[in-house]
Amino acid sequence: MRRGLVLLPYAVGIAVALALPRVMYPVLALDILLWGLFAMSVDLLLGYVGLLSFGHAAFWGLGAYAAAIAAKSADIPFALAAILGAGASALLAVPFGYLATRRRGIYFAMVTLAFAQLVFYVANEWRDLTGGENGLHGVPRTFPGLSLGRSADFYYAALPLITLGYFLAYRIVHSPFGHVLVAIRDNEPRAQALGYATWRYKVLAFVLSGGLAGLAGGLFALGNGFASLDLLHWTTSGQAVLITILGGIGTLWGSLLGAVIVLELRDALTSAPEASGVVTGAVFVVIVLAFRRGLWATGRDALRRFAAPPVSARIDISGGEVRHGRS
Amino acid sequence: MSSAVLEIEGLSARYGEAQALRDVSLHVGEGELVTLVGRNGAGKTTLLRCVMGLHRQSSGHVRLNGTDISVWPPYTRARAGLGYVPDDRGIYATLAVEENLTLPPSVASTRWPLTRVYDAFPVLKERRAHAGTKLSGGEQQMLSIARALRTGASVLLLDEPTEGLAPVLVQRVAAMLQEAKREGTTVLLVEQNLRFATTVADRHYLLAQGQIVEALANQEVIARESELLRHLGV
Repeated sequence: MRRGLVLLPYAVGIAVALALPRVMYPVLALDILLWGLFAMSVDLLLGYVGLLSFGHAAFWGLGAYAAAIAAKSADIPFALAAILGAGASALLAVPFGYLATRRRGIYFAMVTLAFAQLVFYVANEWRDLTGGENGLHGVPRTFPGLSLGRSADFYYAALPLITLGYFLAYRIVHSPFGHVLVAIRDNEPRAQALGYATWRYKVLAFVLSGGLAGLAGGLFALGNGFASLDLLHWTTSGQAVLITILGGIGTLWGSLLGAVIVLELRDALTSAPEASGVVTGAVFVVIVLAFRRGLWATGRDALRRFAAPPVSARIDISGGEVRHGRS
Repeated sequence: MSSAVLEIEGLSARYGEAQALRDVSLHVGEGELVTLVGRNGAGKTTLLRCVMGLHRQSSGHVRLNGTDISVWPPYTRARAGLGYVPDDRGIYATLAVEENLTLPPSVASTRWPLTRVYDAFPVLKERRAHAGTKLSGGEQQMLSIARALRTGASVLLLDEPTEGLAPVLVQRVAAMLQEAKREGTTVLLVEQNLRFATTVADRHYLLAQGQIVEALANQEVIARESELLRHLGV
């Protein structure tokens, strides 16, 4: 019974994910899931290591370009192209992470931003490979035995890979490794005194985060059929951070919720571009004021208070043993 | 003379202009339990922080089993066998009790398994799913010491483990230290509570204004208790 309740949110999540392309434009549904994964990769660093990366567009964009180039130049299954994108981004995250994690706070954010700008300009100049300002268009997506022409078909084909990305993020956070990350976030010298070479953990977290962002970016390029420079633009990094903060830092799933709101809002306002800045700004102000810790954390706590009686009433005396539970 | 497990030689440390430690030398033999007593601000905590590598000394050396570890980062010192229980207890608020206990890496085969920790401290088992900071002060202290033992540290550095504890819990801490000592763990203990110090320690160093002013055997401390208490200002 209890176990069933624990699994319930996941069942609901899967049901929603399966129904999404039927209730909204499939391309938008895919974008939401991918931006959610992208923002999750930002949250992995921001929420669990305490590092605000303002350069994750580099990994999202590199994943997109790598997947697009792979898919265009060789007839490989889309999943392989996306994984190549993830690999390329993880690889780039090794030197970036190695250098950036030597700094913290605002300096870390600035260093990551500088690296991302570096990647942006390289992509802009390397026209033969990236198409420069035109980007890469007509990116094919294939998979043996499947026809992926329609957006909804691709959505379902990509869903297992996206879910795998979420699962990886979840596993990273809820593992002994994740606990060390939290320990570093809360007090780094203390984690060192326990015997952890904390910089290694930070670099590894950065690489994993970059890889997840690359996976999301790769699938984005394959799903939309293009890779363009704005994927690497600093505003893309900004949007990922924004989604994470709206959804709730250090919650992972909040990133998905944030992606729903930001992308739905953007979609609803495409017909009125002049109003979009004012409306989105106003919505963000309201959310930040009303949900201090983000939508997910605030909503979850409200739900818990509503669903569960106070702790004192939950002590189980039937077994003779007093049980204190963090259910 | 390098039979000492932990040896501090000519250690000086400063916080900006303020000199916190002045040419401190002391040694702790294998399996010994040695306390550092002294007033607030005498430099006791700074000394432990220097030994752990959390504060860089301005001069002097720290040797562990004869190896100079003066410039090692904290995590290699921990891996070499130093276990640190800070004065703020260092419990991670966002982790549950059990997660705090499973957090430390294993540095030696002498590490306490989780079941042993729970046998020694049933209260921690009872509260293993609680957030670390939901525990009482005494329970937090138990958790902090237990966490240091979980690594298998051969040398424990404890910063005022009895501070703010009820007498019954002070006895529990004493029992715990005696058990660790029986197993050959070396302990350097910072303590203001002289009564407690004399019940567990072999020897004492008296620290005042960043300097070691006296090295005392346990009997001497017991004999001169009232004089020393006056010195400590308690």
